Amino acid sequence: MDRPLTKNINLDRPPLSLKEYEKAGGYAALRKVLKGMSPKEIQKLVQDSNLKGRGGAGFNTGTKWSFVPMGNDAPKTKYLIVNADEMEPGTFKDRVLLEGDPHQLIEGMIIAAYAIQADISYVFLRWAYRKAALLIRKSIEEAYEAGYLGKNILGSGWNLDMHLHTGVGRYMCGEETALLNALEGKRATPRAKPPFPQVSGLFGKPTIVNNVETLCCVPHIVNNGADWFKGLSYTDDGGTKLYGVSGKVNKPGCWELPMGVTLRELIEEHAGGMMDGYKFKGALPGGASTDFMTIAHMDTKMDFKSVAEVGSRLGTGTVIVMDDKTCPVGFVHNLQHFFAQESCGWCTPCREGLPWVEKILLSIEKGEGKPEDIDVLEMHGELLGPGNTFCALAPGAMEPLQSALKYFREDFEKHIHDKRCPYS
Amino acid sequence: MPAFSQEKLLKAKEIISHYPEGMQKSALLMILHLAQEEFGGWLDVPVMDYVAELLQIEPIEVYEVATFYSMYNLKPIGRYIFEVCQTGPCMLRGSDHIVAYIEEKLGIKPGQTTIDGMFSLKTVECLGACGYAPMMQFGKTYREHLTREKIDLIIEECRQNAEANN
Ligand SMILES: Cc1cc2nc3c(=O)[nH]c(=O)nc-3n(C[C@H](O)[C@H](O)[C@H](O)COP(=O)(O)O)c2cc1C
Ligand code: SF4
Ligand code: FES
Repeated sequence: MDRPLTKNINLDRPPLSLKEYEKAGGYAALRKVLKGMSPKEIQKLVQDSNLKGRGGAGFNTGTKWSFVPMGNDAPKTKYLIVNADEMEPGTFKDRVLLEGDPHQLIEGMIIAAYAIQADISYVFLRWAYRKAALLIRKSIEEAYEAGYLGKNILGSGWNLDMHLHTGVGRYMCGEETALLNALEGKRATPRAKPPFPQVSGLFGKPTIVNNVETLCCVPHIVNNGADWFKGLSYTDDGGTKLYGVSGKVNKPGCWELPMGVTLRELIEEHAGGMMDGYKFKGALPGGASTDFMTIAHMDTKMDFKSVAEVGSRLGTGTVIVMDDKTCPVGFVHNLQHFFAQESCGWCTPCREGLPWVEKILLSIEKGEGKPEDIDVLEMHGELLGPGNTFCALAPGAMEPLQSALKYFREDFEKHIHDKRCPYS
Repeated sequence: MPAFSQEKLLKAKEIISHYPEGMQKSALLMILHLAQEEFGGWLDVPVMDYVAELLQIEPIEVYEVATFYSMYNLKPIGRYIFEVCQTGPCMLRGSDHIVAYIEEKLGIKPGQTTIDGMFSLKTVECLGACGYAPMMQFGKTYREHLTREKIDLIIEECRQNAEANN
């Protein structure tokens, strides 16, 4: 089985140096690009490969790049940013790529920057990833020394600078437009769209923001072609995917697998099944801001379309498994505490609504809930739903709540009826 | 007014050079981290004013940001900080018990510092290590698959380290 993104990765030893990475075939894609591919050709190639953004929304990457103004009339400075904020609870895949093979990411970034003719690129890295910060900083230096960054890269006449920017630990820094504000030294609150960042982003200039895993796919697509990339997948979405599983399973972890493996295969084979004495109750397939899947969805293919068909989202593809001994009310309360705290406070429904939801869940969990509380929670699902708030944080927060109310309703009702948590 | 050492000042200037002319405010968040490192682990108002001056921006622009982001400490903090992840996946693997055990061992609650100024306990959100839960950030490292025994060892390690450096 092909594992292009993780083939060089062994987290028990330091990642490949530039020289070692080159020996393993690294930077060949960049050479190929600079020798004779036009930016438009690369955009088209990536579009044809059906690479969909791995940051959660699943938008076709080549198509996103094609919205950037090109040619002589385009604004003078353009930016490429890799979103390495990784703060979606349950998600621990980008860290593997950042610590495991930093040159792969840097090569992907340089090619992507070339495809949109960017001048400056930033690695927007969450502060907590301090080991990754050291490795990335060192790798950027190596790439400058080798002439892959800086002026007149490999004699192409094209210049690119790259810098590490460490963020400061707010979930909202990962939201594309809030990230831009954070990078400008401001609070991480989102911006109105349009204008989209592709046209007016960092410092008002055309900007592409892509996820770490997304950009790591790019060198491989250039080396092997769009059809090869599509062939890696079991379904229509191209490529492999870094999947993860956490919770009470025997072997929690993160693996690169063909896009479209089933939830069952992930949990039973790769994660080694449930721990002794625990049964599967439900799973959030792609981080905390996705809807629960249940035992009935075990054979769902884990790609963007199939997961959406059962009412959830692939999101980041890192599964959180909830077992039968964990109280769903307490678990959802934990997540809503996170969302309420991370709300940036910019718009009223989210700023006021999420703390209310958190309080109600806490009172139900403590056995102080009232029957009407369930209606209030359901009402929030609508009030904070898509289109009613300024960004996607609040609707995302409602996904685990609404689906818990749908699938585990008896648990909520039993807390209220018995005036205590049946799990404690 | 506090001031950076020569070494930190050079570092700050290098960071500022990563952004286009006139956009030096972009360096604010990273420089606040430098400041936190340099001035005892937290950001006092004079420190923030110094950073404002360094970046030629208004003090309010610094306060606004420092109060928004959770990684800045706005009051004094212990020499060793245990930042235990308490989010969903870690909770599923018993992070509550880890927090309770540390509370019991050190006699402090999350958000507090021991009287001798040695230890602070913080509960934090998902650190991207959910497959290795329960876990915490400890200085520059992650400590994963935590157990009571591991906590004992880490506390012992800190005490020895403190003695060696005193
Ligand atoms: C609240 C919130 C947090 C987000 N956090 C991240 C993140 O940490 N990393 C990431 O790549 N995308 C994150 N996203 C998605 C980004 O806004 C954006 O869609 C993504 O970086 C685009 O990259 P892609 O097209 O390669 O997926 C977040 C979105 C929201 C609404
Ligand atoms: S939905 Fe929440 S996080 Fe998004 S802008 Fe509104 S307040 Fe901020
Ligand atoms: S939930 Fe603790 S590291 Fe992710």
